[in-house]
Amino acid sequence: MTSIPVSTARPTPVVLPATKAALWLVGTVIIGLALYYFIGIDQGATSVFGSDMHIHEFIHDARHLLGFPCH
Amino acid sequence: MAKQLVLRGLLAGAIAGLLAFVFARIFAEPQIQAGIDYESGRDAAQTALDKAAGMPTGPAGTDIFSRTIQATLGIGVGMILFGIAMGALVAVTYAVCLGRVGNLRPRTLALLVAAGGFVSLYLVPFVKYPANPPSIGHPDTITERGGLYLLMVLCSVVFLVLAVWLGQRLQARWGNWNASLLAGAAFMVATGIVMAMLPSLGHLATNAQQFGDRATETPLPLINASGAIVYPGFPADVLFDFRLYSVAAQLILWGTIGLVFAPQAERLLRPSRPAVVVGQNPVRG
Repeated sequence: MTSIPVSTARPTPVVLPATKAALWLVGTVIIGLALYYFIGIDQGATSVFGSDMHIHEFIHDARHLLGFPCH
Repeated sequence: MAKQLVLRGLLAGAIAGLLAFVFARIFAEPQIQAGIDYESGRDAAQTALDKAAGMPTGPAGTDIFSRTIQATLGIGVGMILFGIAMGALVAVTYAVCLGRVGNLRPRTLALLVAAGGFVSLYLVPFVKYPANPPSIGHPDTITERGGLYLLMVLCSVVFLVLAVWLGQRLQARWGNWNASLLAGAAFMVATGIVMAMLPSLGHLATNAQQFGDRATETPLPLINASGAIVYPGFPADVLFDFRLYSVAAQLILWGTIGLVFAPQAERLLRPSRPAVVVGQNPVRG
């Protein structure tokens, strides 16, 4: 978590607060959307791990209850 | 500041997911199990029919995880991770909204953001494509259903953002109350048009071919060659209870995110209040 805004490779040592905030916000959105995708959609309509069904089967009940299309 | 808001959002989301899981375990799981039992019974009846008609019957699928795992650990992990994801999105939305959506108290804004998440990410899509228990939903249409559901979510989120923007624009001329009502009405009209344009799941080409003109994929009674019902249609009470508990679980989830996040955001943004200084939280970035 804490490693997201660290950007030591940047040539300028001055990191603007706005940039730092943006990194946190963008990083958080990406993590949030990735979780949303894996809980709700993956191994259903689309799948990043081919035909494997472990995630789908494990969180199967949550996916139904949270309102995502299933099966 | 962004970091502190995000961490508080994640925490609120985890607590919310935990509460939603407890609710789901007690209330929703029996309905989910009823749906699975219906499906098993129906599959058995279908197999018997196929055998009697001399048709080939496929082998039963094997389960990767037992029902016990799915109904406890699985749904728990799913709900908590979903809560964390939604807490993250609430925190980011909140950070973006700060100072941009009018003169609101920090905790009022937090509740409004959580309410917006509930409405746009769940409730509006639910109205068009409601949650379904196991055994409702044809495997052949999962790609279309998934796409349509996400499209509904996307439209609803975009329209809500536009409605907030519209409300701000109208505020100068119409005042807070009327501008909010007008923006709300615009949101409902826009989502209503999209709902009217998108197909019902029963009307998808694959379903219409196989099952005729039906609005949904909810199983009808199974009928044998002589027209007698050999297995009932999906029980209406199970469907209603499942959907009610689906709404309730999401309400608990988003409500908890809002109520846990609100006081923390208030404390973070109004650090001058003497009694609640816990640590040094300089307001930055």
